[in-house]
Amino acid sequence: MKQKMSGLSKLYIALIIVFLYAPIVVMIIFSFNSTVSTSVIGGFSTRWYRALLHDTGTMKALTNTLLLAVTSSLVATVMGTAAAVGINAMKRKWVKKTTMHVTNIPMMNPEIVTGISMMLLFVFAGALIHKDDVLGFGTMLIAHITFNLPYVILSVLPKLRQMDPHLPEAAMDLGCTPLRAFFKVTLPTISTGITTGLMMSFTLSLDDFVISYFTQGPSFETLPIRIFSMTKKRVTPDMYALSTLIFAAILLLLILLNVSQVRGERKLRNKLDKGGAS
Amino acid sequence: MTKNSALKKVVSAPYLVWAALFIIVPLIFVVYYSLVDAGGAFTLDYIKSIGRYKDIMLNSIWLGFVATIICLVIAYPLAYIMARSTKNVQRTMMMLVMLPMWMNLLIRTYSLMILLQDTGILNSVFSFLHLPERHMINTRGAVILGMVYNYIPYMILPLYSIMAKIDYGLVEAAQDLGASRTAVLRKIILPLSLPGIASGFTMVFVPSVSTFYISKKLGGSTFSLIGDIIEMQFKSANNYNLGAALSLILMVLILLCMAIMNRFTGEDDDGGVLI
Amino acid sequence: MGEQTIIELRNISKQFGDEVVLDNISLNIKDKEFITFLGPSGCGKTTMLRIIAGFLEADDGQVIFEGKDIGSLPPHKRQVNTIFQRYQLFPHLNVYENIAFGLRNRRMKEKDISKKVEEMLALVNLKGFQRRDIASLSGGQQQRVAIARALAVDPRVLLLDEPLAALDLKLRKDMQVELKNIQKRLGITFVFVTHDQQEALSMSDTVVVMDNGKIQQIGSPLDIYNEPKNAFVADFIGESNILDGVMLDDFKAKFSGAVFQCLDKGFAVNEQVDIVIRPEDVDIVPVEKGEIIGTVTSNTFKGIHFEMIVDIQNFKWMIQTTDYYPVGAKIGIEIEPDAIHVMKKSEYSGMFGDYSSFSDEIEHLSDIEEEED
Repeated sequence: MKQKMSGLSKLYIALIIVFLYAPIVVMIIFSFNSTVSTSVIGGFSTRWYRALLHDTGTMKALTNTLLLAVTSSLVATVMGTAAAVGINAMKRKWVKKTTMHVTNIPMMNPEIVTGISMMLLFVFAGALIHKDDVLGFGTMLIAHITFNLPYVILSVLPKLRQMDPHLPEAAMDLGCTPLRAFFKVTLPTISTGITTGLMMSFTLSLDDFVISYFTQGPSFETLPIRIFSMTKKRVTPDMYALSTLIFAAILLLLILLNVSQVRGERKLRNKLDKGGAS
Repeated sequence: MTKNSALKKVVSAPYLVWAALFIIVPLIFVVYYSLVDAGGAFTLDYIKSIGRYKDIMLNSIWLGFVATIICLVIAYPLAYIMARSTKNVQRTMMMLVMLPMWMNLLIRTYSLMILLQDTGILNSVFSFLHLPERHMINTRGAVILGMVYNYIPYMILPLYSIMAKIDYGLVEAAQDLGASRTAVLRKIILPLSLPGIASGFTMVFVPSVSTFYISKKLGGSTFSLIGDIIEMQFKSANNYNLGAALSLILMVLILLCMAIMNRFTGEDDDGGVLI
Repeated sequence: MGEQTIIELRNISKQFGDEVVLDNISLNIKDKEFITFLGPSGCGKTTMLRIIAGFLEADDGQVIFEGKDIGSLPPHKRQVNTIFQRYQLFPHLNVYENIAFGLRNRRMKEKDISKKVEEMLALVNLKGFQRRDIASLSGGQQQRVAIARALAVDPRVLLLDEPLAALDLKLRKDMQVELKNIQKRLGITFVFVTHDQQEALSMSDTVVVMDNGKIQQIGSPLDIYNEPKNAFVADFIGESNILDGVMLDDFKAKFSGAVFQCLDKGFAVNEQVDIVIRPEDVDIVPVEKGEIIGTVTSNTFKGIHFEMIVDIQNFKWMIQTTDYYPVGAKIGIEIEPDAIHVMKKSEYSGMFGDYSSFSDEIEHLSDIEEEED
C-alpha cells in the first residue's frame, strides 16, 4: 500500500511547501534585518530581538495571552469532558441531537458572528448593571471557554463511544465505587481525547483574534490584538522577531511531540515482537 | 445502573447552562438587535437596508467560493499523495501542513502583503529575472491568494484524514474487477472522500466569506467584504443594529450555502471530520 | 458439591421498554456447583447474570445471597465477580495491574498483592507475564488474565458471560476443560452463560434451559438430554425427531401410524402428546421386521456415523447409523421402549417441524449469533 513517491508527486509537494512557507521565511529573514525596513535587507542584526525584550507592552500582552489560554483551556477541558460524559449517557435521541447541534454552533458559525453576538450580550448585560467597562479579561475568558468547549467535547465524545460500556462495569465488579471506576478506568481510557481537546483549546485560544477582538476591553490586551493594532500602522521588525520566536517554540514542541510518539510506537512494536516470540 | 446514569447526566448540567447562556442567548441578541432601532423600537429598516449591501454580499460569497475551490483543487492531490506515502512521510507532512496554522493569521497575512507589495520581494525577484514588474497588492487576486494561503491547511487536513482511512484493499478490489486508474479515482476514492470534501469546504468557506482582516490588508481601502462592513458597525460606526442585521444575513447565507453543499455530498453527520 | 443454597432468585422479572426479558424467574443456585444458563440469543440469560452481578436491578423479585436480599446492593459490594464476554481487561494497565486491580480496591499490602498475582498467574498458566501489555496478548491469554483477575479477589461466586465465545474451536475445547478443573480445584460456584449446548452439557453440574424469559427446564445434563420437558428443550439440546402422538394408555404410545411400548405413564387416556426420539436411538431392521417403514432421502457421512434423513409417512426423520443405506432404500425401523420419550403438549408443540429443511449450514449460522441485551 505504501509506496515510494514519484518525481511528479515530490515536485508537487515541494511547490506547496514553498507556497506555505515563503511568507514565513520572509518574516524570519526580516526579523534579523539591521534596518527598520520590511522590504529591503540592510544587514544582519539581533537588535529587534533585544528591542522585544524591552517592550513591556508586548511582554505584558504575551503573559496576558498565556494566562487567558491556560485558564480558558483548563476550564473548557474540565467542563467539556464532564459534558461529553453526560451527553454520551443521554438516552433520548432528540435531547442528544439538539445538544450536539447547539455544541456545533460555535464551530460552524463565522467567528465574526460569534464575536459580535457575545459582544452584544456583554454590552447589554453591562448596561443592565450600569457598568460601561464590562469588556475585559472576564468577558474574553467567557468567550474563549465558549469557543473551546465544542473542540473538547468533540474530541472526548468519540473516545467515550469507542470505549466498551462494560469496561467500567468490570471495575465495579472488582470492588470500585462508580466514582472510583470513572477515575481509575474511564478517565485513563479517554485520556488521549482529553489531551487532544486540551491542546486544541490551548492553541486556539493562543491564536484567536476575531472573537477576542469583539469581546476585549482596553484593560486587557492579548498578543493577537496587539499585533492587530500594530499592523494598522507600519509594522516594525520586532513583531517579526516575536513571531519568529513563537514559530521556533512551536516547531520545537512539535518535533519533541513527534519524537516521543515515534519512540512510543517503536517500544510498543518491540513489545509485540517479544510477545509473539514467547 | 439507573442511579449511575442519572449521575452521569447531572455532570453535563454546567455545560448545558453555559451553552444556553453563551451560545443560544447571544444569537437571540443578534436577532433582537437586528429588529429594533437604537431606541429599542421594532423596525425592519435594518433588514431592508441589506439591499444596499447586496453587491458586497455577493462579492464576498463569490471570492470565498473561488478561494475554497482553489484550495480543494490544490489540496486534493496533495492529500492523496500523503495518504499513500510511508508513515514517516505522512507524519512529517502533517507537521509541515499544521505548522503555519499556529502562526498568527495576522502575521501570516502581513508577511504575504510584504511579498506582494509593489516594492516587495516578489517584484524584486521579477526585476532580477528581467521580468516585468506587476501590481499585485490591493486586487481581488491578492485577497483570494490571502484566503487560499491562510485556510488551505483546513482543506488538506480533513481530506488527508479521510483518505488515510480508505482501505487500500478496496482500490485493489476495484482494479481486480477491471477499473483503470482514473476509474478507481472516480468511482472509489472520490465517493469515499466526499465527507472530507464537505468538511474541508466548510472549514475554508466560512472563514473566507466572513473575513475582514485579509481583505483589509491585501485588498486595500477600495475593497470591502461583508466582514469589513460588519466590523465597521461595531468598532467605528457604532451602529450595532445594522451590524447585527448584516451578521444575521451572513449567518443565514452561510447556512444556506452549507445546506446546498450537504445536498451535494449527502453528508450530515455530527461535527464532520476534525483532524 | 454442597447442598447449601448460596444464591436464590425469587420471582425475578425484568422489562426493557415493552419487552419482557425475564418473566417471573425463580431458581436456587447451590454452593460450589457449576450451573449453566443455556438458551438462544435474547432468551434473557445474560440479563439474569447481570442482575446477579448487580449491573441491572430487577423490576420485581429478590436476589438472595446466603439469606440476605442483595437486590439493591451495588456491584462493588457483592461477593460475586464476573468474567465478561469480551474480557474487559483494562487496556491502560499491564497484566500485573489488571490482576491487582480488585486487590488494590481492598487496600491490600503490596507484598500480599504481589504474592496473590503470582499465585493467580500460576493458576491460569501465565507465569512470568506480569509486565506484559494487554495489547500484546493473544485472545486465549487475555481470557486467562480475565479469569485470574476475577479469581484474585476470592469471589464466592464467579459469573461467566459467554467467556469462550470469542475463542476458536480448538482453544475453546481446551479452556472448557481448564475452567472445569479450576472450578473443581477452587471449589467455588460458577454461574456460566452460553448458547452452546455442547459446552453446557460437558461442563455443568446443573443446566438451566431458558427461552423467552422463562426457565424451560432445570436439571443435570443427562436429565436435560434424556428427559426434555417440552419440544423446545428437545429441539435445542441435541438433535431430535419431535412427533405428534397419542397416549393410548399407560406405557402405550401411538405415533407414525403404529403403536409402541414405552416407559411413560400418568397421561389421560388418548391424550395428545409430543414424542421425542433421538436420531441415535433408532434401530434399523430389515423392512419386513420394521414396526414402521421409511425411505432414505439423503445420507451424509459424519465420520463416526452416517446421518440420514428418512421419510416416514411424509415426516422427515433424522436417523444416525453406522451402516450405509443408499438414497432411495427402504428400511424398517424399530424403537426400544426406553428410546421413546413422551412430553405433554406445550406452547412449543408443532413449532419445530421435521428435518425436511435441515442443513448443517443453517445450524451453524444460528450458533454464531451473539447475545446483545
